[in-house]
Amino acid sequence: MKPFGYERATDPQAAATLVADSTGAVYLAGGTNLVDLMKLGVTEPALLVDITGLPYDSVEHRPDGGVLIGALVPGSRLAGDPGIRERFPALAEALLSGASGQLRTVATTGGNLLQRTRCVYFQDVTKPCNKRRPETGCSAVQGLHRDLAVLGTSDFCVAGHPSDMAVALAALDAVVHLRRVKGSARTVPLNGFYLLPGDTPHRETVLQPGDLITGVELPPPPEGAAMSYRKVRDRWSYAFALVSVAAVVATEADGTLREIRLGLGGVGARPWRAREAERLLTGRQPTEERLREAARAEFASARPLPQNAFKIDLAVDVITAAVRDLVGGQRR
Amino acid sequence: MRGARPDARLTGVTAHAFHSDFALRVNGADRPLTLDHRVTLLDALREHLALTGVKKGCDHGQCGACTVLIDGERVNSCLVFAVAAQGRDITTIEGVAGLAAPEELHPLQRAFLEHDGFQCGYCTPGQICSALGVLAEAARGWPSHVTEDLAAGVGAPGELDADEIRERMSGNLCRCGAYPGIVAAIREVAGADGGGAPATTGVAGGTR
Ligand SMILES: Cc1cc2nc3c(=O)[nH]c(=O)nc-3n(C[C@H](O)[C@H](O)[C@H](O)COP(=O)(O)OP(=O)(O)OC[C@H]3O[C@@H](n4cnc5c(N)ncnc54)[C@H](O)[C@@H]3O)c2cc1C
Ligand code: SF4
Ligand code: FES
Ligand code: FES
Repeated sequence: MKPFGYERATDPQAAATLVADSTGAVYLAGGTNLVDLMKLGVTEPALLVDITGLPYDSVEHRPDGGVLIGALVPGSRLAGDPGIRERFPALAEALLSGASGQLRTVATTGGNLLQRTRCVYFQDVTKPCNKRRPETGCSAVQGLHRDLAVLGTSDFCVAGHPSDMAVALAALDAVVHLRRVKGSARTVPLNGFYLLPGDTPHRETVLQPGDLITGVELPPPPEGAAMSYRKVRDRWSYAFALVSVAAVVATEADGTLREIRLGLGGVGARPWRAREAERLLTGRQPTEERLREAARAEFASARPLPQNAFKIDLAVDVITAAVRDLVGGQRR
Repeated sequence: MRGARPDARLTGVTAHAFHSDFALRVNGADRPLTLDHRVTLLDALREHLALTGVKKGCDHGQCGACTVLIDGERVNSCLVFAVAAQGRDITTIEGVAGLAAPEELHPLQRAFLEHDGFQCGYCTPGQICSALGVLAEAARGWPSHVTEDLAAGVGAPGELDADEIRERMSGNLCRCGAYPGIVAAIREVAGADGGGAPATTGVAGGTR
């Protein structure tokens, strides 16, 4: 590891100034991804600006049923929050299905959004990787890619976004709150926050240098909606998703789908919003056959590789089961 | 570790020192240190404060051997830089005895002995610190991934069944496979204390 400076930011402007004025400065939140990548030599910051003392650590429920989650709220506290459990259970489930108890106490909401891919070549500095070092090539296409993405990928990079939380946020139409270096506030819908890899896989979000995530806002869920997060992985606990589905479903009295929102994890270059499947299902009866068809249609544009093609069939099954169970009044 | 410069300053790029003087509050005592920023909390405890109860397994947040309590919350100390832990209340396995009653093993420690909750013992300090965190979380009613009713959560630590304990402890690996004893030990203490057990230091509400 390269030596680095360390400063604690006492207010947001001081944090922004420190990051803007120093080459190679990055924000440090929980550190569960950043410290790991520094140990691996993947990231070599010259200065860590510790933001954990900034005042973005509360969960504010609003009278309209929406909520503003501070960027520094850790996953454990967010998943434990009674209002989140009651009204946004898909988010609580997503958080509780991710990492481990002693990672969630530290891992923050902002840091979770910005965690990097778990592609093994990204983490191995001896291997070519376009995301880590532009224009060196992608080792995964010919190498190990079982855990990587099939949607939104390019010839330059087939990495997936690993976050569970962000998949639930995608289905909940979350909005990311930012503070620019000069102090102005900006909001970005989560579904416009992540960039697809294209030929620049090292550019992952719309963030500009020095932008600080201050929080994540959830609008009130649709009237009468049921929601769930379902995650399929290689072992029962403490593993990243092979496929996950965040589903938000509201039905009419006759059973037709008034509104359906689907977030997919484990399959996308970014937390994936399944717009095509949603379009095909809205206003229709969620029969098993129609669910399967719609789920399959979402993958019409997929670019499966030999080791991860199985994810398409798996995702079709999981989407179908998740919506069927929600409509039938079953959470999981 | 390569690249440390003798003057410990990165001249011409930033004016920020590569090391700091600070104190860590460990098991109730302030311990002054001068450390390179690269030193993790885990290495600071083991190599600089001779608290070798905390163990290094993977050094990447994957095994739980390095689990300690920070302000009453369980944390992997291998993924925290020591300098970032200043001002926080740190409890290691060396400080666990005496938490519940002065000069006595903590009930969890006794239960691990009674139920053979270990074989080689390498994972044990992390298991016990993590279990203290589990009890504190359950006392707040926090659900886990296997809790039936998410909104209702759990009523008290005593309601944790074996599945709940396995899920909540999944961040602690045991290479000897002492899991049955570990689960039995935690269940016993959770049931016996029914909520009042986690006599950890620091805030109960868990600000971080
Ligand atoms: C063993 C292991 C297993 C895991 N399993 C899962 C899993 O199953 N599911 C899952 O979803 N995740 C998993 N994770 C990842 C974990 O969720 C992330 O590491 C964590 O959420 C990152 O949050 P942090 O606060 O620690 O971020 P940090 O490591 O502090 O920061 C991550 C990045 O975000 C930047 N950053 C942080 N906060 C801000 C902010 N407010 N504004 C701007 N930039 C910011 C930092 O500069 C850094 O680049 C796992 C991690 C480990 C180590
Ligand atoms: S998939 Fe992306 S992250 Fe993985 S090696 Fe290829 S370019 Fe790098
Ligand atoms: S040594 Fe920290 S989790 Fe393995
Ligand atoms: S007792 Fe040996 S690793 Fe757990």
